[in-house]
Amino acid sequence: MHRFANPARFLRAAQLVLPWSAGLTVALLAAGLYLGLLGSPADYQQGETVRIMYVHVPSAWMGLFVYSNMAIASAVALIWKHPLADVVAKASAPVGAGFTFVCLVTGALWGKPMWGTWWAWDARLTSMLILLFLYLGHMALVNAFDDPTRGAKAGAVLALAGFVNVPIIKYSVDWWNTLHQPASVTRVGMPAVDPAMLTPLLLMGLAFTTFFVTLLILRVRSELAAAKIRAIRMVQVHGG
Amino acid sequence: MTRKQRRLNFVLLGMLALGAATALVLTAFNDSLVYFYSPSDLKERQIGPERRLRLGGLVEEGSVKRDGQTIRFVVTDTAATVAVVYNGQLPDLFREGQGVVAEGRLDNGVFQAAEVLAKHDENYMPKEVADALKKQGHWQEEKSAK
Repeated sequence: MHRFANPARFLRAAQLVLPWSAGLTVALLAAGLYLGLLGSPADYQQGETVRIMYVHVPSAWMGLFVYSNMAIASAVALIWKHPLADVVAKASAPVGAGFTFVCLVTGALWGKPMWGTWWAWDARLTSMLILLFLYLGHMALVNAFDDPTRGAKAGAVLALAGFVNVPIIKYSVDWWNTLHQPASVTRVGMPAVDPAMLTPLLLMGLAFTTFFVTLLILRVRSELAAAKIRAIRMVQVHGG
Repeated sequence: MTRKQRRLNFVLLGMLALGAATALVLTAFNDSLVYFYSPSDLKERQIGPERRLRLGGLVEEGSVKRDGQTIRFVVTDTAATVAVVYNGQLPDLFREGQGVVAEGRLDNGVFQAAEVLAKHDENYMPKEVADALKKQGHWQEEKSAK
């Protein structure tokens, strides 16, 4: 952990990982989409509409995963002052917001034909919408200060405070009755999804994860480059 | 205690306090966080016709009766039942034995629904598998009114 807090060392490691994560994303996405859209059976209740699941569920997982990632990075930044942790948190927020947005949109498109409504103010849907607002709030707050280190600190506090929402989203369908159905994959006992449908679902989950790793490396790299440019400009202004 | 340790303790304590506060608030608002009442809840609460509310449960097998535009069915949570009258479009997933959430008013023990939504369970499988399970008698009646 401490070893990778050094930006130069991170950049060297990222250089090695990037082609693999990008290549894996393409391969997993191709396999997952093929199996999900063509190579898997229709559902006994929902028919072909069930295929929205292969995009909706992985993006929901990623919305939660990226936020947890961001909260851990924020804690590391606040406690150990690692320079890279702030950058990782800042770079994660827009990606997580994207996943959460995709989850909400595909959920609405799925809800209309199956439930009969685009949206319902039940605990699961509402807490997911709050997650999107937390991401957007984090993005706005980090950029709201002239001094980037103050913005990073305020953002870290917001990311940590907002983390209470993550278990609420996960367990909302168990704690309260909701229109959204309970968990199918991560439940006690066997997943309630047929193996022929579970395989493309997990492939898409892996594809989204490697996609996130790829985007994170690219975004952290450009953040570090931007910080370098700022530093050079400062030297020029003060030197000239 | 080093400064790092102090910051670590501060963050941990803060998260703990925030978590506890959230848990207390959510417990206190438990009643307004549920999306619908079950037929048993309605029996218990004695809610009058002036309040708009949602009723959720399973559509009882064999209870759906169509009379022109009007649809009558019974919602059950296996412990209690409520009769529902509805005038309008039903969602595709509405069927007997499946989950349903109706919004409307309870008038003299009959629920006058203004909107009916379908609620499906967490099971996903191909039609052949569902048929095979039913044939073998392994069909688990785990569909709850939750």
